[in-house]
This record gives sequence, C-alpha cells and structure tokens, in this order.
Amino acid sequence: MAEPISSPAQDASPSVVVQTTGSGRQTVLLGRWSAARLGDKPGGGKGFADLAQALADACAGGPDPCSWDLRQLVALDHTGAQMLWNAWGKQWPKAVELLPDQRVMLERVARFTAQTPAVPERTALQSLADAALRQFLGLGEGLLLLLGHVRELIRLVGQLALDLIRLARAPQEGPWRDVSGHLYRIGATAMPITALVGFLIGVVLAYLMSQQLRQFGADAFIVDVLGISLIRELGPALAAILLAGRSGSAITAQIGVMQVTEELDAMKVMGISLGYRLVMPRAIAMAIAMPLIAVWTTVAALLGGMLAADLVMGVTPAFFVMALPDAVQASNLTLAVSKSVVFGLLIALIGCHYGLRIKPNTESLGQGTTASVVTSITMVILVDALFAVIFKDVGI
Amino acid sequence: MSAQARAAPVVDIEGLWSIFTTAGVDAVVHKDLNLRIESGEMLSIVGGSGSGKTVLLRKILGLDLPSRGSVTVLGKPAAQLGESGAASRVGMLFQHGALFSAFSVLENIAFPLRELKSLPQRLVKDAALVKLQMVGLDRSHADKKPADLSGGMIKRVALARALIMDPPLLLLDEPTAGLDPDSADAFCALLRSLHRELGLTVVMVTHDLDTLFELSTRIAVLADKQVITSGPPKDVIAFPHPFIQHFFLGERGQRAMELLREYPFAV
Repeated sequence: MAEPISSPAQDASPSVVVQTTGSGRQTVLLGRWSAARLGDKPGGGKGFADLAQALADACAGGPDPCSWDLRQLVALDHTGAQMLWNAWGKQWPKAVELLPDQRVMLERVARFTAQTPAVPERTALQSLADAALRQFLGLGEGLLLLLGHVRELIRLVGQLALDLIRLARAPQEGPWRDVSGHLYRIGATAMPITALVGFLIGVVLAYLMSQQLRQFGADAFIVDVLGISLIRELGPALAAILLAGRSGSAITAQIGVMQVTEELDAMKVMGISLGYRLVMPRAIAMAIAMPLIAVWTTVAALLGGMLAADLVMGVTPAFFVMALPDAVQASNLTLAVSKSVVFGLLIALIGCHYGLRIKPNTESLGQGTTASVVTSITMVILVDALFAVIFKDVGI
Repeated sequence: MSAQARAAPVVDIEGLWSIFTTAGVDAVVHKDLNLRIESGEMLSIVGGSGSGKTVLLRKILGLDLPSRGSVTVLGKPAAQLGESGAASRVGMLFQHGALFSAFSVLENIAFPLRELKSLPQRLVKDAALVKLQMVGLDRSHADKKPADLSGGMIKRVALARALIMDPPLLLLDEPTAGLDPDSADAFCALLRSLHRELGLTVVMVTHDLDTLFELSTRIAVLADKQVITSGPPKDVIAFPHPFIQHFFLGERGQRAMELLREYPFAV
C-alpha cells in the first residue's frame, strides 16, 4: 500500500486522499472526522465545503468503483460517519476497509438513517393550488381563533358578573386580602411612573399649543385646550396604556406561571373557583385603581402644562386654576372616571383571559404575555374612540 | 360500613374514550376503557409513555371531560367534583407538588380549609399543623416558602395539603419521581402507613417498580388504549402481553420483584 501523503497522527485535520494502486483507485480518509473538527472554520468556513467536495469527487470520479480505506482515521464520530454515509449515497460501497468499531458506528448510522421517501413531483399549478388552499384554510382558522377569543371573553364577563353577585350576597367571605394586595401592586406602585409620564406630556402639549395659540393671540385659551384634552382624553388613555403594559402583562404572567406549575389544576381539584379567586379580585382592584390613577395622571399632566404655560406664555398658575372650572365642564370628569373603570375592567379581563389560555410551556407564556399587552392596549384605544363618538355632545 | 356502601365502587369508569385533536388529526388515547376501583384499594396504574395514565387521573379528577363514556367518582359524575368543598372528596398529589408559591407551607396546607371561610382561624391553623406533622415534617418548616423546600419536602407538604380535609380518595401522580432512593423509601412508608391508618382508597400512577410492588394491592395495566388487565401484582405479571413482559420481567423488573417476596401484601 502506498504511504499516506502526510502522517495522520500529526495532521489531525480531516482530509481525503485518492490514490491509484495496482488494484485500481483507492480513497484513503485521514485525520480526525469528528463533529468539533469538521465544524472548525480554519479557512473562514471553507474547510467543510472543500472536504465535502473532495468526498463527492472521490465517490463520483472514474468509471470503475473506488475502494475505501478508513483504517488510518485518527477518529470517527457519528457526525463524521453520517457525512460519509450520505456521501456514499446511503449504501455500502463495493469495497471498504475499516476497523471493527468504525464498522459498528457506520452500521448504527445506517440503521437510523431513514431513506427519505421520494416526494412525488408537484407541478407548478398544483403547488400554486396548494398554497391557495393553505391560505384559505389559514383564513378560516384565524377567524375561528378570533371567534374563540370573543366567546371566551364573553364567558369571562358573564362569570365575573356571577362572581360579583356571589360577593354581594356574602361580602364578608370575599377574597379581600387579595383585592387589597392587587390594589397596592396595580395602583400604589404605579404612581411614580404615571406621574412622571403625565407631567412630561403636559409640558410637551403646552409648548406645542403655545406656538399655535400665539399666532392667533389666543394665549388664554391654553387653559381650555389643555383642560379638555388632558382631563377628557389624554389622562385616562395614558394611565390605561401604562397600566396595560405594567399590570396587564403581570396578570397574564402570574396566572400563566400558575398554569405551568399546575397550581391552577390544584385549585380546581380543591373545588376553588378560579373566576372567584383569581379573576374577580384582579378585576375589582383594576376597576378601583384605574380611575384613581387616571385622575392622578391628569393632575400631574395639568401641573406640567401649567408650569410650561407660565414659562412660555406668561399664563400664571393662579389664572390657570381660576379659569379651569369655566373651561372644563364637570361632566368631563364623570366621563373620564367612568371611562377609566371600563378600561380597568378590560385590561384585567384580557390579562386573565390570556393567562388562563397559556399552555404549560415557556414559549406559550411569552406569547401569551405579549398578546395580552398588545390586545389590551389596542382595546383601550378602540373603546376610547367608541366613547369619543358616543359622548361627543357631552361636556363640550 | 354497610354492605351496600362496600359494594359501591369508589371510582367507576365505563366505556371511556379520550380523544385529543391536534392540527385536525385525532389521537385516540383511551378507547372504550373500563375500570372499577373499590374502597380501600391501593391501585397502581402502569403503562408505557403516552399510554394516557396522567390523562386517566385527570379524568377521574374531572379536570378533563370524557370524549365519550362516563367517569363516576363516589357516586357522582367526575365533572361535578370541582364544586366547592371538593377537597373533602378527593385529594390529589401532583407530580411536582403544585404548591402555591405565594403562600407559606402552613398557608398552603390550610388553604382548602381557609377557603371555607366558616371555621375559626385558630382551628384551621391547628388542623394544618397536625397534617404537617403527620407527613413527617417539623413545625419549624411551617413558615417557609415552597421555594425553600427540597423535592421530598415539597411532596410531603403537597400530600399534607391533599389530606387536609380527610378525603376518602387520594390520587398520586408519580409520587416518588425525582426523589432520591432514601426519600422515596421514606415516602412509600409514609403512604403505606397513611393508607392503613386512614383507610384511604389510593390511586397512583407510577413508573417506579419499587414503589409499585411495595405499595399496590392491585395493578391496572394500560396498553392498547385500554386496561388490558388488572389484579394483584402476581397475577398481572403472569399475564401474557408483550408490554407486561417487557415492563416487569426486564432487568429492572427482576430486581424489584425481590420486594414482592419480602412484602406479602397483607394490607
């Protein structure tokens, strides 16, 4: 047998050497055919491609079948064996010389490498029809999913109503500790961030308005503009969006984790109503905290606006405070507060809805939380628009 | 106990079908499955992976509804078990404990009692402390959070919670899975003494042959979507079915069979 070109013990990088001996062509494999070595990128990732090419050439080249010699390999692992097996066209070559454990490994790879079943060729028209059918079915699936969500939400609202009746019948037995805990977490801890955002929005709005109003010499109307927009729209909407992101996601994640750890099943097994014990306290806490936070945000925004108006336009805080009651009718306050209650209920119910739908795996948890936040923010804005249309004659 | 009460089975499953639909494809897990569980039994359900053991437990608990057929537990359809006070009828030990992570150990154990809202706090606390010590835990663990407990302790607390209202039926999902051999032995001994002292009916799903032979008075084998056989361990082992031959008479099975000679099932 011919001497290998380089000594295999030293040169561990995998290589393919084709030799011509007396009995015909022979391919000798050298080096370390292991996953780590094959995956190395010495020449910027070219190593593997070159090797695969050399292997393919060795298989294809020449009219007479070539014999293989694996005995000089430094190492062969399952990945290397798989590569070789695939290059052989998933069958044993005519002549191969190998060590016993190499044979065992190749036989194992051969046994578990399924012959890929021949996929019947599809014509272009057929695959187009397939795609169209998939699109059509996907549309139906999406619609059913949406209907499922709507039905679930309606069920949740109905269950909440029943639970509230049960609570009204026996208020001393209600889960008040839970309600107060959620009230603190949803409401009290959200105060700094909502105040900051509200204040800044007030400042921004006042600056923007001042430019426009000054053109018309209508400086004093800054009070009307800020008052109406902040009290009626921006305060409640800002608070709702912030709480949806902050507490809506938390509600979904909490209930979802309970799903993953089987805590929900444990509660059901004990005969404890999930609606009464999990959904209702959160809904009540949200419905109470939301209007309070909305008012708080509005006040912070008005303060910001007042400050900015004083700095930019010279509208004094004293005048601002005096003019505000004339500019904004009291019915706006009622509207804002009742709107906020609805927002709060919506966010809590959507959060619980997505939490209860979570499947016991981590991926579902992430998706559910994201979907919960996106849905509740969208719904808040949608319902806000609805309120704006329905109550367009109130308070303006 | 009257003769009539003795005759009525604790769990009666008749013609149960379980069908799961994923991506439009139906997967039948149980097909016309029948199983009766008598009072005072310690029944183990065994079967290969995916043979629907845990699904069967969930059906008995009423967590999943049967696709077809009926599951009757203590004379009522299983679906009605989830009503308030269910903890006094069935106790369930989940595989990973399913303790409420927000509560302390004692609050966890007392939870079903406290939810009744009608018992004085003092009594609830004392009852929970009794159960805590009954499962072999010290009073000093009462105020810990579940996250601070070891695997074996979590199972014990979960068992105490399942037993807080002294239900006549106790379901166990892999009671010794994930426990080291010492803890598993201790847990088996605990289950056995509880079974004897409280006269419980116990249904468990387990893969652990040691637990199986040490505890069960009857074994039900799930294969081919049905209960292919049920009976005392000795009879089940003799049943000619490839799954049973593999499961019990493999190497691990042989070792566990030694136990069978040690414990002659005098329950």
